Amino acid sequence: MPPDSEAIAEQVFVALADPSRRAILAALAESGPATATDLAVRLPITRQAIAKHLALLTEAGLVTAEPGERRRVRYRLRSAPMRVAQQFLAALARDWDGTLSALKDHLDADNMHGRTVETP
Amino acid sequence: MAFPDRIERTVEIAHPPAKVWAALTTAEGLGTWFGNEATIDLRPGGEARMTWTAEGFTARMRVERVDEPRVFAFTWGIYGLPDEDPRRTYVEFTLEPVGAGTRLTVVESGFAQLSDDAYRKAYDGNTEGWAKELGELVAYLNAA
Repeated sequence: MPPDSEAIAEQVFVALADPSRRAILAALAESGPATATDLAVRLPITRQAIAKHLALLTEAGLVTAEPGERRRVRYRLRSAPMRVAQQFLAALARDWDGTLSALKDHLDADNMHGRTVETP
Repeated sequence: MAFPDRIERTVEIAHPPAKVWAALTTAEGLGTWFGNEATIDLRPGGEARMTWTAEGFTARMRVERVDEPRVFAFTWGIYGLPDEDPRRTYVEFTLEPVGAGTRLTVVESGFAQLSDDAYRKAYDGNTEGWAKELGELVAYLNAA
């Protein structure tokens, strides 16, 4: 059975719900691929906790492991699931109520100008 | 419960369809109530752009339907996704005369679309990719 977009988005939102994982993802987004050790230096999170979160994020497909320098595994952010999650946020963020109110206001204001112009 | 694929709103406007049509389909109209600046090539396949100067954001739309003064539709990218992302939502405005005014319905659909390619990239590609990455990692570590 093909995975649905909700299942993909859910993994993103579950990951983002945890402040430590949010910090890890933010650090990878900000500065690019990093090892667990790099992240432990930069974040107020123990190396053990970072390793645990990275394993979870990898399993969820939100980061991938790749070979880094000195035989260390580096973790890289995967943007594809984020883009799936983004489309859910886009639907929630679309403000047609505000946009249509602006259209009404525009037409009402325009009408007042229009009257003076249209009547010679 | 699914996230919305489709958003629909209907408003009654105390102005005739011709006036609403002009607000929806001219650069002057769009650049006033929707964005801050706009250009539009009003024909199916024509390009329109809207800029929100405060946000420094420009939306590029493709005009899809021009059926004056009844239906105007365009597609545009999903907000927050990069410009090169192929997914786009379809926005259709329908204008119906009601007395001296207009009943305007806007439907934006396509939020939940996901191409096969996007599925692969987002999910299947991951499981395969992960297995492949692991394999490469093991090979790399063995070689080093």
